[in-house]
Amino acid sequence: MKVLVPVKRVIDYNVKARVKADGSGVDLANVKMSMNPFDEIAVEEAIRLKEKGVAEEVVAVSIGVKQAAETLRTALAMGADRAILVVAADDVHQDIEPLAVAKILKAVIDEEQPKLVIAGKQAIDNDMNATGQMLSALLGWSQATFASKIEIEGEAAKVTREVDGGLQTIEVKLPAIVTADLRLNEPRYASLPNIMKAKKKPLDEKTAADYGVDVTPRLEIVSTGEPEGRKAGIKVGSVDELVSKLKEAGVV
Amino acid sequence: MAVLLLGEVTGGELNVDATSKAVGAVKALGDVTVLCAGSSAREAAQEAAKIDGVARVLVAEDARYGHRLAEPTAALLVSLAGDYEHIVAPATTDAKNIMPRVAALLDAMIISDASAVIDAETFERPVYAGNAIQTVKSKDAKKVLTVRTASFEAAGEGSPAPVEDATLADDPGLSKWVADEFAESDRPELTSAGRVVSGGRGVGSKEDFALIEKLADKLGAAVGASRAAVDSGYAPNDWQVGQTGKVVAPELYVAVGISGAIQHLAGMKDSKVIVAINKDEEAPIFQIADYGLVGDLFSVVPELTEKL
Repeated sequence: MKVLVPVKRVIDYNVKARVKADGSGVDLANVKMSMNPFDEIAVEEAIRLKEKGVAEEVVAVSIGVKQAAETLRTALAMGADRAILVVAADDVHQDIEPLAVAKILKAVIDEEQPKLVIAGKQAIDNDMNATGQMLSALLGWSQATFASKIEIEGEAAKVTREVDGGLQTIEVKLPAIVTADLRLNEPRYASLPNIMKAKKKPLDEKTAADYGVDVTPRLEIVSTGEPEGRKAGIKVGSVDELVSKLKEAGVV
Repeated sequence: MAVLLLGEVTGGELNVDATSKAVGAVKALGDVTVLCAGSSAREAAQEAAKIDGVARVLVAEDARYGHRLAEPTAALLVSLAGDYEHIVAPATTDAKNIMPRVAALLDAMIISDASAVIDAETFERPVYAGNAIQTVKSKDAKKVLTVRTASFEAAGEGSPAPVEDATLADDPGLSKWVADEFAESDRPELTSAGRVVSGGRGVGSKEDFALIEKLADKLGAAVGASRAAVDSGYAPNDWQVGQTGKVVAPELYVAVGISGAIQHLAGMKDSKVIVAINKDEEAPIFQIADYGLVGDLFSVVPELTEKL
């Protein structure tokens, strides 16, 4: 079984995004970029399936700027076998929308014919939570989002999902799209020897035009602003003082 | 101009809070038709009919919609979409599962988690864990969106709207439900609770999370957790408040042993009154708290529980 994992290069999890003064977006020049954390979990899950002998090959795909090659090298260092970079933008500030990403991924999947796609549930930059579901729709495949457990059983996958109120387990026919939630696994760190080895693994470079996909955004970003700020209040010295303040505020 | 809104129906019951907040968000855009789908959905439909601003309710009552599986529910929405310019749902985990699928089938870009409706094409939504607010204008013929319920007032009660049966759509038959594992709880639901008490990494263990739960029960509050607490196995994932968990805006939010990472603030900073209890006086949570108490949570929280 071949497993395909889409990965996105995003602002690092620990960096606070800063809105540009002219309202044109978030400043990403000279900002540390990393693999989207949920995508790391997806890569880890695919590698574990390979280690268990369930998957034969793990292919990582990234769509975005040329620099996303670094993100793919990280996936390769973690244990993916090969990578495909689809260059769809020149400017690091241009985000390719999930619908366009899904269309490109569909074209890649038509060629690669994986039986399972594991994606992160959400990118921490645009917070859309959409690419996996959209890809699944375009392919006419089954989908299991927000996964905390994946078991492959013959021609189906049993997936436990994180939903409001608890957990739901469903069985999806393969091929399927699964999106990874936080508790699916804890991703490994790539070791130095594996980082060296990753440099020799195959990384194909394509463009969005190679797949005939128009990446023009459907959502025009009119402006990007700062959220309303919140000021620090006061420090209280004791539980008694806290209780009386809360009573004054009428919230208890 | 008409709106098709997916009502939040779970186990035959309508989540009135989420559904009526979603109605409140979009009723200015046109006549709202609420779709209630489920293996039992008729009672939920009667409830939805009472929400002010609802012009009509459609019921799709059939086993194929019983567990809100994405494929059959998305197929149903797409089959009904012809008459509507906006297809909307409250941003619950069910809707986040279903609506992007609907959008892709309609060749539209989803507008996830809208926090303001400016006009029929223009919406605000938080990005980068709420560190920026984007105003986006959709160029698609049909706009498919989920709305962040914490950002909108619920529509009140109105005179009952007519309830009709929807024509069912074929089930693609791609997936099937196996089991649900829902913790039984008498506590209020996290996203609609008036009060929330959350614990973070500082709580230290799953056992000590009982301190948080006791305080919550004393306040009649829902229990929340930071991602760090969920990551460490102290609390279940559906308690997670933050960028990738739930977004809440209660009257009172008590953050205990939570340092205040940006990802957590994204889920609670619209709360009316924020209380922070943390032993580290430099913790960023104090920068947004109305009342901060520097101290050891293991003595402060039981004392607070007792004195409230």
